[in-house]
Amino acid sequence: MGVGLTEYLVLGTILFCLGVFSVLTRKHAILVLMGLELILNAANINFIAFAKFGGLNIDGQVAALFVIILAAAEAAVALAIVLNIYQQWKHINVDEIDRLKD
Amino acid sequence: MDLIEIVFYAFAVLIVSSALVVAVSRNIMYAAFGLMFTFFGVAGLYVLLNADFIAITQIMVYIGGILILIIFGVILTTNIAGVDIQEGPIGKFRMVSATLITLVLFAVLLIMYLNAEFIVGSANFGDSTLKALGTSMMTKYLLPFEVAAVLLLVALVGAALIARRK
Repeated sequence: MGVGLTEYLVLGTILFCLGVFSVLTRKHAILVLMGLELILNAANINFIAFAKFGGLNIDGQVAALFVIILAAAEAAVALAIVLNIYQQWKHINVDEIDRLKD
Repeated sequence: MDLIEIVFYAFAVLIVSSALVVAVSRNIMYAAFGLMFTFFGVAGLYVLLNADFIAITQIMVYIGGILILIIFGVILTTNIAGVDIQEGPIGKFRMVSATLITLVLFAVLLIMYLNAEFIVGSANFGDSTLKALGTSMMTKYLLPFEVAAVLLLVALVGAALIARRK
């Protein structure tokens, strides 16, 4: 039977759903960020699978490269914000950080 | 069952089990290490899909950059020294509704992928994708490439500005 496009897409779906579950359920801000990285990796698997099997050729890999670049930039800024929140409130429980200004 | 299938399923098991650890574990450091193994598994999958440059970039940027950043974030945001960082339990309603939403999403996507008829072809990338990636970055994707460079600069300056000690 061989491993085709569908197997890679299903794997990407599983990873995506685990990432969504992480983002929905977790209270610690950094665990939410880890779920977000899972979501981005799932999308990347989709891109690269379509690049090999679905006719995107090199454009799929360029898209995946840009996703990696943007994930790095976003992780840096998100962690800077998390550090700032920790300096202010001494915890990073996302359930309790619900005001813009104290 | 040829070798490519065996390797694919081995990497798939690694990825899914590590992602389960990330999604479910109470201990943040366990979740960070689960994330690391997920990234390694995904990089292996990229090699299987002829994306050699993206696989190495994944290891260098995600594991060597973002994961280290996340672990530093965990270190700098703990209250109690010497105690394993734990996360408290969550309410029943939230857990049930999150599981329901996730399962519905998974079912919708799965049904869509199993019933879709994608036009499948096999791309031939040759020895390495490096030359094709470099050429397309410099010709077809020049503008996004330059904008991404500016964006990285902005993210660098912004992160340093936001996280500075006042």
